[in-house]
Amino acid sequence: MIAAHDSLIVHTVSRVLLPVIQLYGIYVLFFGQYGPGGGFVGGVIFGSSLILTLLVFGARSKENYLAKRALHADGLGLILYVGIGGLCMIFAGQFLNYSAIPLPGFDLSATRSIGIVGTMTGVAVDIAVTSISIVDSLSLADEEGHLV
Amino acid sequence: MQAWSSLPLLILLLVCALGAVMVRDLIGAVFILGSYSFFLALAWAWLGSPDVAFTEAVVGAGMSTVLFLFALFQTVPKEDPLAHRDTPWLAVMGLGVLGLLLLYGATDLPRFGDVEAPANMYLSPTYIQQSLAQMNTPNLVTAVLMDYRSLDTLIETAVVFTAGVACALLLRRYNR
Repeated sequence: MIAAHDSLIVHTVSRVLLPVIQLYGIYVLFFGQYGPGGGFVGGVIFGSSLILTLLVFGARSKENYLAKRALHADGLGLILYVGIGGLCMIFAGQFLNYSAIPLPGFDLSATRSIGIVGTMTGVAVDIAVTSISIVDSLSLADEEGHLV
Repeated sequence: MQAWSSLPLLILLLVCALGAVMVRDLIGAVFILGSYSFFLALAWAWLGSPDVAFTEAVVGAGMSTVLFLFALFQTVPKEDPLAHRDTPWLAVMGLGVLGLLLLYGATDLPRFGDVEAPANMYLSPTYIQQSLAQMNTPNLVTAVLMDYRSLDTLIETAVVFTAGVACALLLRRYNR
């Protein structure tokens, strides 16, 4: 458990910065097909924003419900990744051969592009959840709830 | 872009690596290690690989610094009496000889960016020519990671998941 930070400046700056960091993480995730970035980096940036909510608002506040809920999503990203691969096998393609999935209105290359987006999202979810889970594992508390 | 123009960056890298090892204060060592990762990211960007630079900056300078600090706050700072013993000259000389051997081996490596190098002749031209038409993905690195070599990335994701589960099993305690 982590106690809340008691500085007003830190709280105010974090409230301004947090949506920007999260939006930037999502941007990096989905812009990974056109520039540097991708699932791994986007997941780390989004996960670090969740760590910031834990550090600033404390583990017991209401502001970090996303960080607390994220602990229950361990393995969700991996399931998403493997699920897309399994979906390809269900539609009689090879494992993780995205062009086997029949999407109406999309040609072969667009289907593969959408498969890349889906697997990148899986990687990002897995990385973000793992980072917040490691931070939660490393944080202990004494009787007053302070980080020891 | 001459070879010597990257010399200041390499000197900064060496200074940061030596400082992270030699400084006595552990929190200071963690921050010097973070700046080492930042200079390494600059070196990757200078070599023309922005994807690797981005990952190094975010993971090396950002996330691992935070995790090191968390681990430091959980452990008791303790003076190690073994740290004061004499310099092991045999090991230092052995490392020097090993470094010279590695430098001698590096002279046989192909030049950076050589199109005749074996690594650049087998599959890379196929990827470079066909990735945009096959999957509408202009970023070649993402195309290779997520489509051509997607199974490797799946296993890497499984490794990260395993690391998270292992940390939770070994370290997580709730004292309510």
